Parts: sequence; C-alpha cells; structure tokens
Amino acid sequence: MPHIDLPSHLPGIAAAFAFRPETAKPMRDLAHILLFEPGANGSLSSRDRELIASYVSSRNNCFFCKTSHGAAAASHVGGSPELVASVCTDPATADVSDKLKALLIIAAHVQGDPKTVSPEHIAAARAEGATDLEVHDTVLIAAAFCMYNRYVDGLATLQPREPEMYEAMGKQLAEHGYRQPATH
Amino acid sequence: MPHIELPNLPGIRGPMAFRPETSKPLNELVEVLLRHPNSLTQGERELIATYVSSQNNCHYCQSIHGAIAAAHLDDDEELVKSVKQDFHAASVSPKLKALLNIAGKVQQDGKNVTAEDVQAARNEGATDIEIHDTVLIAAAFCMYNRYVDGLATFQPQDPALYRERGKMVARNGYVAANLTNVVAPEPAELVSR
Repeated sequence: MPHIDLPSHLPGIAAAFAFRPETAKPMRDLAHILLFEPGANGSLSSRDRELIASYVSSRNNCFFCKTSHGAAAASHVGGSPELVASVCTDPATADVSDKLKALLIIAAHVQGDPKTVSPEHIAAARAEGATDLEVHDTVLIAAAFCMYNRYVDGLATLQPREPEMYEAMGKQLAEHGYRQPATH
Repeated sequence: MPHIELPNLPGIRGPMAFRPETSKPLNELVEVLLRHPNSLTQGERELIATYVSSQNNCHYCQSIHGAIAAAHLDDDEELVKSVKQDFHAASVSPKLKALLNIAGKVQQDGKNVTAEDVQAARNEGATDIEIHDTVLIAAAFCMYNRYVDGLATFQPQDPALYRERGKMVARNGYVAANLTNVVAPEPAELVSR
C-alpha cells in the first residue's frame, strides 16, 4: 500500500504524477528530452537511451521503472525483451555497440558513486566515438533514474506484476514519449 | 577538471549552461519543490536538500543549498551545520526531524522508507503533500548530486562565494538565477579551470 493517499487506479510513477501535477510537468519534460527527443548529430538512439534507463533502474532494483523502460526499449527499432534482459544482466556480453557498452559503464558508476567516474572511463567512451553531449546525457539519464526510482519506491507506489500492462505502456512511451499522461 | 568541455561556471551551472534544454525542467523542478508556496517553509525545504546533499557527500550542492537555507533562516549557519552533523540534536521541529529521517532513507534506497517512518511524521503533523515533497526533494537531490559529481564539475572551496550566491538565490529563485548561467555572468563568478 502506498505511504500516502495516491490515486489507486494508477500504477507506479503515474499515481505520484497525478497526485502532484506541478512537479510531474518538469519530470515528464526531462524524461521526454533525455529519452524520446531526437539527439543531436549522430547521437544515441531512443532505444539506446531507454537501455541506459532500464539498466540503471535494474541496478536500483526498481521493478516499475526497470520493467516499463525495458518495455519501451524493446518497443523501439532494434529492441527486444531478450536484448533488454542481456543488457541488465551483463552489458559486456550484450549485443550492443562498443560505444554503448562504454557509456553503460559510466552509467553504473553514476548510479553507485558518481565520484568514481574516472578520466579513463571517459577516454574509453571517447575512443568508441562518444561525444561530449552523449557523455553528458548518459550521466544525466543515470542520475535522473536515481531520482525516478527513489520517487517510485520511496512512496511505495503500486507496482503491478502483469507483463501485458508494461508491454502496452512501453509501446505507448516508444511511440508518443513522456509529455502526455499515459492512457492506462 | 570536468570530464567534458563545460562553460566556465561552478558546480551544476556548468552543465546547465552546456545543455539548456535539460536545464529548463531541472530548474523548474527545483523551483516548485523549494520555492513555491508550501506548508513547509523555504528554509525547512532547503535544509532537507542540504542534508541529502551532505549524505551524498556532494560539496557544491551541500554548500550552495546550505547557504540558501541560512539566508532563509536569519543567517543561522550553525543551525545548517547541526542539521548536517546530527539532525536529531538540531534546533528544528519534531516534524522536520521525522521528515529528515524519511529523506535519509530515500537517499539510501526508496524501499527503506517504512510505514512506521511515515506514521512518525504524521504523528508530528506532517501532511501527505509534505511527505510527498520530502520524498521527492530527497530523490531529486540524488539526481542533482550525481549530475554535479558524475561530470567532475568545478566546485570552489571558498564559503564566501556560496554565501553571496545563496543570498541571491534565496531572494530571486532558481529560474531567475539560472539566467546568470547564460547571460553575462558576473566576473567574480567566473572560475579558472
């Protein structure tokens, strides 16, 4: 049961967003820019950015976020539930680019202790072609999911276990982004 | 030295100027959480932000929010220090202590917050919205702190710099203060890398 009186028909972060629309707006805008809007020249695909979000949420053990963003990653071009599972289990052996692997290492350090991100981690990502903007966005996606995950779990929101709900949510997010409230 | 090529500004102001698109919602969120009318005072909310930043060991965030808190609290820097060191012994209300306890749990892991922690806050008069905002302030500072440290931003040591900017932000707010990140920063605020 949620710690406060949240709308009971909405799952996870949707309930908290409905409870406090004033804070929901910038939180939705931030996710929309980081995960959905096209990146600059040669920047990370939405699939890759959703994989970073799922990976960080998985490390924070937030069921709602890792499942919904995993479903969004799977719904984007080139995504699949198997790919999401392999990234969350062991990015080093997952079927993703070497650039994304280097960025996932940076994301993991931001999730744990951001002071452990080293110049060597950054140089490794650059050697695979990562730009300053991609490094920036990786750090901010990882940091932002340390917020979203804590928000969802810290209020003890309802986190249903039905995979169908997350599949529908993932499709909606992959197609329409984060600015509009989800329709379910 | 920052991990990426950032504008010559301290702390979060560097990456905010680097990426104005994301700085907009980041500033709007902190403006709603820490500035908008609320049953928790601005000083109390800044103390929560300062405490969480101190638990995350983020020098820039705990210094600037500590300075903003002090500016709201009759310049009482000792009170800010005592909240960071041991809030149980600080001269703040029992309600704020119960909320700081919740914030400390969120900083570690959202799942650590128990029904008893929430009940204890309610017993001291905390409302649902105050509990919500405490959880979100704590969660949000787990983001801001990681953003600032994860990019290895420049973080000045001189307390006078934070004191001065803290008074300005306490007076004008975050959205207004953010304009100084892109439009003619004062020379004293420019730092060398």
